[in-house]
Amino acid sequence: MNEPLKLKKAALQDLIDLLRREEFKVLGPVVREGSVAFHEVREVSDLPIGMRDAQEAGRYRLTPGVDGEIFGVVNGAGSLKPFFFAPHEILLEVRREHRGFKVRDATPAAPRLALIGVRACDLAALAIQDRIFLHDKFRDAHYEARRKDVFFVAVNCTRSAPTCFCVSMKTGPEAASGFDLAMTEMEDGFVVRTGSAAGERVVSKLQLPTAASEDVAKARARIDECASGMQRQMDTSDLPHLLYDEVDSPRWNDVAARCLSCTNCTMVCPTCFCHSVMDVQELDGNMSRRVRQWDSCFSLEHAHIHGINFRPRIHDRYRQWLTHKLASWIDQFGTSGCVGCGRCITWCPVGIDLTEEVAAIRAQRGKH
Amino acid sequence: MTPYTIHPARITARRTETEGIYTFTMRLLDPSVRAAYRFQAGQFNMLYAFGIGEVAISIVSDPSEPEILEHTVRVAGRVTGVMADWKVGDVVGVRGPYGNGWPVDAARGRDVVIVTGGLGCAPVVGLINYIIRRRDEYGELHILHGVRTPNDLLYREKFDEWRRVPRTRVYLTTDQPDKSWHYRIGVVTELFDELNVAPSAIVMMCGPEVMMRFAAHALLQKGIGDDSIHLSMERRMECAVGLCGHCQYREHFVCKDGPVFTYRTVRRLFGVSGI
Repeated sequence: MNEPLKLKKAALQDLIDLLRREEFKVLGPVVREGSVAFHEVREVSDLPIGMRDAQEAGRYRLTPGVDGEIFGVVNGAGSLKPFFFAPHEILLEVRREHRGFKVRDATPAAPRLALIGVRACDLAALAIQDRIFLHDKFRDAHYEARRKDVFFVAVNCTRSAPTCFCVSMKTGPEAASGFDLAMTEMEDGFVVRTGSAAGERVVSKLQLPTAASEDVAKARARIDECASGMQRQMDTSDLPHLLYDEVDSPRWNDVAARCLSCTNCTMVCPTCFCHSVMDVQELDGNMSRRVRQWDSCFSLEHAHIHGINFRPRIHDRYRQWLTHKLASWIDQFGTSGCVGCGRCITWCPVGIDLTEEVAAIRAQRGKH
Repeated sequence: MTPYTIHPARITARRTETEGIYTFTMRLLDPSVRAAYRFQAGQFNMLYAFGIGEVAISIVSDPSEPEILEHTVRVAGRVTGVMADWKVGDVVGVRGPYGNGWPVDAARGRDVVIVTGGLGCAPVVGLINYIIRRRDEYGELHILHGVRTPNDLLYREKFDEWRRVPRTRVYLTTDQPDKSWHYRIGVVTELFDELNVAPSAIVMMCGPEVMMRFAAHALLQKGIGDDSIHLSMERRMECAVGLCGHCQYREHFVCKDGPVFTYRTVRRLFGVSGI
């Protein structure tokens, strides 16, 4: 790791300006509709300064925070996922021709993105999506086109939401990899570390001074305090076997009685990758587009084939989601599908908490 | 090129197997795509009807002639409904091949038991044709097929034709016989009482999961190993490249890890509803 540097709060605008001059579209957490999501940021004042979030199972509110604190809001419903795995995109254009058709790949014209304020859990989630879309048997060209040349400015978490459990999932609160710059917020500025050659270039242009050792120690203490103070936990021991063995757990019926099968958890999840592939024809019948759109294993059609629905009950679909996320994902991709961001807990309209479900399944293991 | 790129192919022949089941022969139009195209017995293609959509259909023609692609389509839904109108000369879309195919190499020199049930199981037709074309390379061939009613017996002529192939036995059964039925009566698993095979035999199955479960159980009783019993699974597929997530069977993606699995691999999942 390179020498930690110091970025004064006022100099954050210089970083944004520099990235914009280098023709990045700069995105950061911006307040929209009572939450934060990544949107374009031109000025530091676009960021949710002096705000924090109050999260609980099934509840999210923005609240007044600490004056001058820039990254006080831990996260919102939107992760990085939509920027790389688009919620809706055209894959192919098929044009009818005399006795046939012509196929054209619709590769996205993706802007160069710089993302500011990215959390460790979301970087870990992106690495998982990379594993799926870039490093599996088939490489996804659309994901790849959006994913390349992105500049990531991570923010190490110095406070967690009550729904966070990244420590259990070993993804945070400090960004371990996948960033160009990683910053830890202090009262008067940030301790900055570089994580790539692109990050090095940017800090050299900004001519950042070396951080004082007291600042470095204080930043470290803040991250450690965040980690030790994390309220939620999940015991991941003996996964995937726990959920494989507990395919008949009575808890599946219990959670199915509460679950609305609304798909919210899969939409806010930064790693869920299920999608529909559809062919949509224009009205004149001469052009058809192959479209990919986010889908969810909670939708009734997800496991439906002619005459058979393999998962007709909510019981089956919740079990599929949780088993996939925490267990079969490990067999498929060598990693858990959960990064502990807590979004599925916060944004569940009935407040179902997967950490609680896993604990209940574990407690009843083999006793039914 | 993306994994979703469709290759145009022209229909060169169309055959009606029975009401609602058609076999199309097609040839890829692009000479370089055609020359590079190879497949294995039991693999499938995604077939595309312009503007309507795609379905996963197994290739029933012989892999030694990869320039000729034959697909047997049963009309079951929206896309296959359109395919029923495909004519010779039409241009349709193909991408593939996908999936792992049947273990025809592991089967070489061994007795082969093929079990199917329900309505016409195209994947095994290609497999049976493959073995018959290389008859000397395989041991005894046993074909077991169960239908609910005699009307569900598709390819009746094919079964009669296979019966005449050397060292081949065909076993047919129905639950609800009528006057025309002169084969066995009962469910498919009762056929195993008649089946006399060595434990070294290899089994390949395709059909309803409940049938495959009972069949696997009966075959295990005969001393056949759970890694010598292979079964073809069916799940919803939209991408065929392991990305869309629909075909997941717990940790398996049926499209890229299957569709053929050993019974050893799936036996703990078999019989659990809602997986």
